[in-house]
Amino acid sequence: MSKLKEALEAGKFALTGELGPPKGVDIHAMMEEAEKYLKGRVLAINVTDNQSSVMRIGSLGICARLVQAGFEPIFQITCRDRNRLAIQSDILSAYILGIRNILALTGDHPSLGDHPGAKCVFDLDSVSLLYTITKLKSGKDLSGNDLIGAPKDIFPGASVTPGADPLEPQLIKMEKKVEAGARFFQTQAIYEPSKFEKFMKSAQKLKVPVLAGIVIVKSPAMAKYMNEKVAGVFVPDEIIKPLSSASKDDRPKVAIDLMANLMKELKPMCQGFHIMAMGWEKYVPELIQKAGLA
Amino acid sequence: MIVNIPKPMDEVKELLADYPRVFILGCGGCPIGCESGGQKRLDELKAELARPGRTVSGTQMIDFLCNKALVGAQLRYQIPALKLSDAVLVVSCGVGVQATSAMIDIPALPANNTLNSQGMQGLWPSTERCDGCGDCVLHLTGGICPITRCAKSLLNGQCGGTHDGKCEVESNRDCAWHLIYERLKALGKLDNLKKLPRLRDYRNWDVSDKDRGTTRWSLEKDPLYKAPKSAGNQ
Repeated sequence: MSKLKEALEAGKFALTGELGPPKGVDIHAMMEEAEKYLKGRVLAINVTDNQSSVMRIGSLGICARLVQAGFEPIFQITCRDRNRLAIQSDILSAYILGIRNILALTGDHPSLGDHPGAKCVFDLDSVSLLYTITKLKSGKDLSGNDLIGAPKDIFPGASVTPGADPLEPQLIKMEKKVEAGARFFQTQAIYEPSKFEKFMKSAQKLKVPVLAGIVIVKSPAMAKYMNEKVAGVFVPDEIIKPLSSASKDDRPKVAIDLMANLMKELKPMCQGFHIMAMGWEKYVPELIQKAGLA
Repeated sequence: MIVNIPKPMDEVKELLADYPRVFILGCGGCPIGCESGGQKRLDELKAELARPGRTVSGTQMIDFLCNKALVGAQLRYQIPALKLSDAVLVVSCGVGVQATSAMIDIPALPANNTLNSQGMQGLWPSTERCDGCGDCVLHLTGGICPITRCAKSLLNGQCGGTHDGKCEVESNRDCAWHLIYERLKALGKLDNLKKLPRLRDYRNWDVSDKDRGTTRWSLEKDPLYKAPKSAGNQ
């Protein structure tokens, strides 16, 4: 049974974290970070699936190791690398390994990653992947064949970009995801509470819990990069200016304070936070504490 | 030749459901060779579609619908009929539907499914592209093809990589789903986004031998003229 599902259905505020598998088989450092900084602090941990189209250890393998180590993983599945047979088969494999949460994503295009000449698959997309999970849960595969044992208690989620402009197509797709079976959402990074509030008002009718995405802005350069390159994300001056004026040594403290304040402001609007530390896992305990969530 | 076959009549009627007044436009290029178009099919469609509750406001054949300039020049004479139409049913390959759509501000709907582009491709002078997916959805996407214009050929709307209306793959490439959204909004047809099929059937992508046989490809199999057997040849 998914603890994340239990918490969200009981109306509890939920925290999730995220790990990016390494490129290579040495997972010592990653597992240690999970033990030290995430254990007991987040309900579940997302494991990315060849994120940014860069080849790494698979999400399934790391999720299985997390289960063994007593964590609850969220298995991220993208549609970039596998067709409908491979994806369904991996979902069943995940289930027998004790994995219950799945985050269904379309996935980045291979040309953005470290194997840019790879053939992209996209046999399914985020919506049809959610539909696939719903079918499997009902005891049938995508072609309607009976399963011997259905993965009934998979808890499927999806992503959404609340800062997208225009917002309407984003909301239409979000609704399609809910219709296809999404039971929770984790969002792209949020820095503008007013925009997020507007989004949540429109998304309210879908009655699905939304975990606001928190990405710690580590430096002005990172803010600039996100503003130029990351779709639907805008880091405002109120965050960039204090980071610019802080000395390099003070930056982590300033960054954590800024994020903690942001989280306090966002908390009444959403049902949880999805914290993507991206290398700053060691600051997660402090962030959670300062945001008043410990 | 761009091989295309008629959509089943039930499907044509279904995609016309919201449009009581329809103008039928036929391409005089590849559909002639494929026996999937031409004046004869236009007449058949007109007879089948002009029933109580629906009018056919006009029909026209144009040599090559893949040539937008030609489409524009010829359709000019049909403006009075187009003003009395809710949509244009286009009897051509997917390129013709997209080219027509780009020239009018009412929906252009595909009467055919496009299977393959083999050999000589007739005229194809502009930006419209067709991959011959065999299951045309242009009637739902405002005449903009998600298969050829989206870098991931997605069917269910924009992905997370769309940025300021552009694609994550190339910063100056339009996001197909942004174009589709804008076009459907202008047409008042945003509901179409919820009608798209969830899954594609990749078997449609291939051309079966049966479909090859229904086109003039079959002419390649059989000689056009067989000399009668005469006493001298025996």
